[in-house]
Amino acid sequence: MPWDRNQMAALAARELKDGMYVNLGIGIPTLVSNYIPDGVDVTLQSENGMLGMGPFPTEDEIDADLINAGKQTITELDRTSYFSSADSFAMIRGGKIDMAILGAMEVSEKGDLANWMIPKKLVKGMGGAMDLVAGVKRVVVVMDHASKHGESKLLKECTLPLTGLAVVDRIITNLGVFDVVEGGLKIVEIADGVTEDEVRKATEATLV
Amino acid sequence: MKTKVYDSAAAALDGLLTDGMTIAAGGFGLCGIPELLIAAIRDAGVKELTVASNNAGVDDFGLGVLLQTRQVKKMISSYVGENAEFMRQYLSGELELEFNPQGTLAERMRAGGAGIPGFFTKTGVGTVIAEGKEHKDFDGQTYILERGIVADLAIVKAWKGDAQGNLIYRKTARNFNPNAATCGRICVAEVEEIVPVGSLDPDCIHTPGIFVHRIIQGPHEKRIEQRTVRTA
Repeated sequence: MPWDRNQMAALAARELKDGMYVNLGIGIPTLVSNYIPDGVDVTLQSENGMLGMGPFPTEDEIDADLINAGKQTITELDRTSYFSSADSFAMIRGGKIDMAILGAMEVSEKGDLANWMIPKKLVKGMGGAMDLVAGVKRVVVVMDHASKHGESKLLKECTLPLTGLAVVDRIITNLGVFDVVEGGLKIVEIADGVTEDEVRKATEATLV
Repeated sequence: MKTKVYDSAAAALDGLLTDGMTIAAGGFGLCGIPELLIAAIRDAGVKELTVASNNAGVDDFGLGVLLQTRQVKKMISSYVGENAEFMRQYLSGELELEFNPQGTLAERMRAGGAGIPGFFTKTGVGTVIAEGKEHKDFDGQTYILERGIVADLAIVKAWKGDAQGNLIYRKTARNFNPNAATCGRICVAEVEEIVPVGSLDPDCIHTPGIFVHRIIQGPHEKRIEQRTVRTA
């Protein structure tokens, strides 16, 4: 059985190590905070200007001045600090953030990432993604293995406008976990009940 | 000293608005946006605006209202996914859009306000963002040149301010506001409360009054874009 969204988030959470500063993207990456392992203390950075992001608020705790980068209401923790957008991206671009876990539309076998626009169809913008992949120490992508039309999202070359060139370190899909290595993608793990043959058939990128 | 305190957003903007001007606005999504000044710009009817702001509001609130009235010629933004009218005007060619990576936009405002005309960043290298920009290698890594932004007018929202123009922001409503405030030739701030001079802790002022030329007091709607709760 391929992994579901929550299983993919739990797998991504295994990447987290005690003491890390981490930025989580929108979508499945947001779910990662539900699966932080016991005994692992991580500080979540939200690029709109917050370090130490807490859980969603109760109805009573809702505060219009306190949102995450996905514009959702959020809460603060004892450790929280707030800062301007320029300071936030000083942390990101300056290499202070240990890891970013992001969604993607396409990833190439060289670690190129596309996740911000589809020409003439979908124009949302890159937000902070280009800065994150340029500055963060380790970039993990969590996404479905195939598009809605059944086409591989792990490609030899990205077809969509890039977010960054050779920036992805690891990809977690519903079929498996893959590392970007010399010459292509290396299979690290395959979902229970999925065969390597099925993974190879579903993947356009070179698997080494 | 001439007072910086004005009675209304319209009064605070009087004499500052011209067709074709560039405006830098604070805010992230609908959080910490200068909603009163945006509404006053709509009412003033000034046109052909270039607006530098991370987002463009939603269709009926924030900068979205200036899109509805076709007062904006060009947006400089990092993310416009929440605004259907924005997307429609852009895809039909009615609106110019310059996408800036979010950190690049913040730094462009910070640099412009600090008298720095350009800076090198590795953000966007190898993407469409880098096209036509000067590339330069430092210590074996490639960077691109980005320009500082100096706007004709900066509009920002803070939590508290005083008659000297000193500002304090609250929680994530700070976001782009301190950076936008510095990059305007003139900066107008709207706050929820104007407090007596001397009552703000000088060690805790986020934007020193030298950056702020005019100030007005709320009330603010402070609309929430994505009300997300957990079950207690």
